[in-house]
Amino acid sequence: MTYRSHADLGGQDVPGAIVQEPEGEYFHAPWEPRVMALVVATGPTGISNIDMNRSARETLPNYRDLSYYEIWLAALEKLASEKGVLGDTPPRPKQVLRADAVLATIKKGSPASRPASRPARFSVGDHVRTAAVQPEHHTRLPAYARAKVGVIERVHGVHVFPDTNARGLSESPQWLYTVEFAARELWGESAPAPHSIISVDAFEPYLEPA
Amino acid sequence: MSEHEHHHHEEHAQRAPSALELRVRALEARLTEKGYIDPAALDVLVDAYQTKIGPRNGARVVARAWFDPEFRRWLLQDATAAIASLGFAGRQGEHMVAVENTPDVHNMVVCTLCSCYPWSVLGLPPTWYKSAPYRARAVKDPRGVLKEFGVELPPATRIRIWDSTAEVRYLVVPLRPAGTEHLNVGELANLVTRDSMIGTGLPKS
Repeated sequence: MTYRSHADLGGQDVPGAIVQEPEGEYFHAPWEPRVMALVVATGPTGISNIDMNRSARETLPNYRDLSYYEIWLAALEKLASEKGVLGDTPPRPKQVLRADAVLATIKKGSPASRPASRPARFSVGDHVRTAAVQPEHHTRLPAYARAKVGVIERVHGVHVFPDTNARGLSESPQWLYTVEFAARELWGESAPAPHSIISVDAFEPYLEPA
Repeated sequence: MSEHEHHHHEEHAQRAPSALELRVRALEARLTEKGYIDPAALDVLVDAYQTKIGPRNGARVVARAWFDPEFRRWLLQDATAAIASLGFAGRQGEHMVAVENTPDVHNMVVCTLCSCYPWSVLGLPPTWYKSAPYRARAVKDPRGVLKEFGVELPPATRIRIWDSTAEVRYLVVPLRPAGTEHLNVGELANLVTRDSMIGTGLPKS
C-alpha cells in the first residue's frame, strides 16, 4: 500500500490568507481544549507515541479539509480504535496521568535525546546531499528538501528516529543535524526571496556526503 | 435580530451541542470508562495551557536576554538550560535553540510538516501557525508572508527560516527596540509580542 502524507505543505501553492490571531486566544470552540487535553493525557498510556500520532494525522484522507483540533481528534479516535482501547477487552494502560501529576509531567517533558552509540558522520560545515526518494512510511524530510545540497549548521546529538518509531519498530536513535540550504537551491533562480536561507532538522540516514 | 431572538438563539446553542462536541464527549467518556483518562487531569491541563503556559513566558526570556548580556550569551549557547533557569522547562521545549535577529539577519520559524512549536515558552500555537497557507509559504516566500503580517524589512536583510522538522524547538530573539535603555526587565517583556518570537512580527517600540 502506498503511504501518503497530506501534511507535507512546504512550498506548495496553497490559496487563502494567513489569518492573524490575538495573543491568548487559544481555542475557537468549547470542545477544542478538551481535545488538546485528551491528546496530552493519553500520551503516557501507551496508545501511541508522538511519531505515531503525527503519522496517524498526516494520513487522514481528509486532512486538508479539517481544522487542526479536528485532525487531532480524528487521529486519536483512529489510534484508540486500532489499539482496541475502545473495545470490550482493552489492553491495560501503561500509565494514567492523574490530576495531581499534570504540572510536574509538563515540567519534565519527554526528551527525544538518547545516548550516542557511535560518532557523528558529519560535522559543522560539511556539505551534504539529502535523500531523493520518499519512503513508504512516516518520515520527517520534507519533499521540498529532497535531493538538495546543503551545509551542516548544527549537530544536535542523537535523537529518536521518527521513521522507525512511528511504525512501532524501535527508537533506533540517530544523529540529528540542522542543514542549511540557499533559497535558490530549493526553489531555483526564480525564488521569491533569493537571498534567504532555509534549514531543516535532518536525521543522519537522510544525508549523504556531497 | 431582536434582543429576545438573540438571547433565545444563544440559549438554543447551549442546549444543542455540535456534532464535534458530542464526538469529543463520547471519546472522553469511553477513555474514562476504560481507565485511560482521569477527567480531572484534563481540567488541570486546560487550565495550565490557558492561564500558566503562554507567550508571556517567552517574553520574559527575551527581555532577560536584552537586559543581561551574560544571560544572552548563555541563551544563544544553551537555550534549554538558560530557559530552564527561569522556570520554563518542559513539554515541547525539551530541546530549545534561541536564534537572534541582527540588523542583517531576520529569523522566522515554521513547521511545514505539522505544528511543532515551543509550547514551554510560547504556549499553544495560534491557528495560523498550523494553517496550510503559512506552512506552505513561509519557506518559499517569507517576504510575502511578512507583508501579510504588516512587516517590511530592508531589502538587504537576509531572512533565515527554521523549519522545525524534528524535536528541536526554536525561539526568535527579536532586535531590542531603540530608546529602551532605561527600561527594566518587566517593562522590556511588555514590548515582546508572540509574533516577534516566531519571527512574523517585530516587538512593540
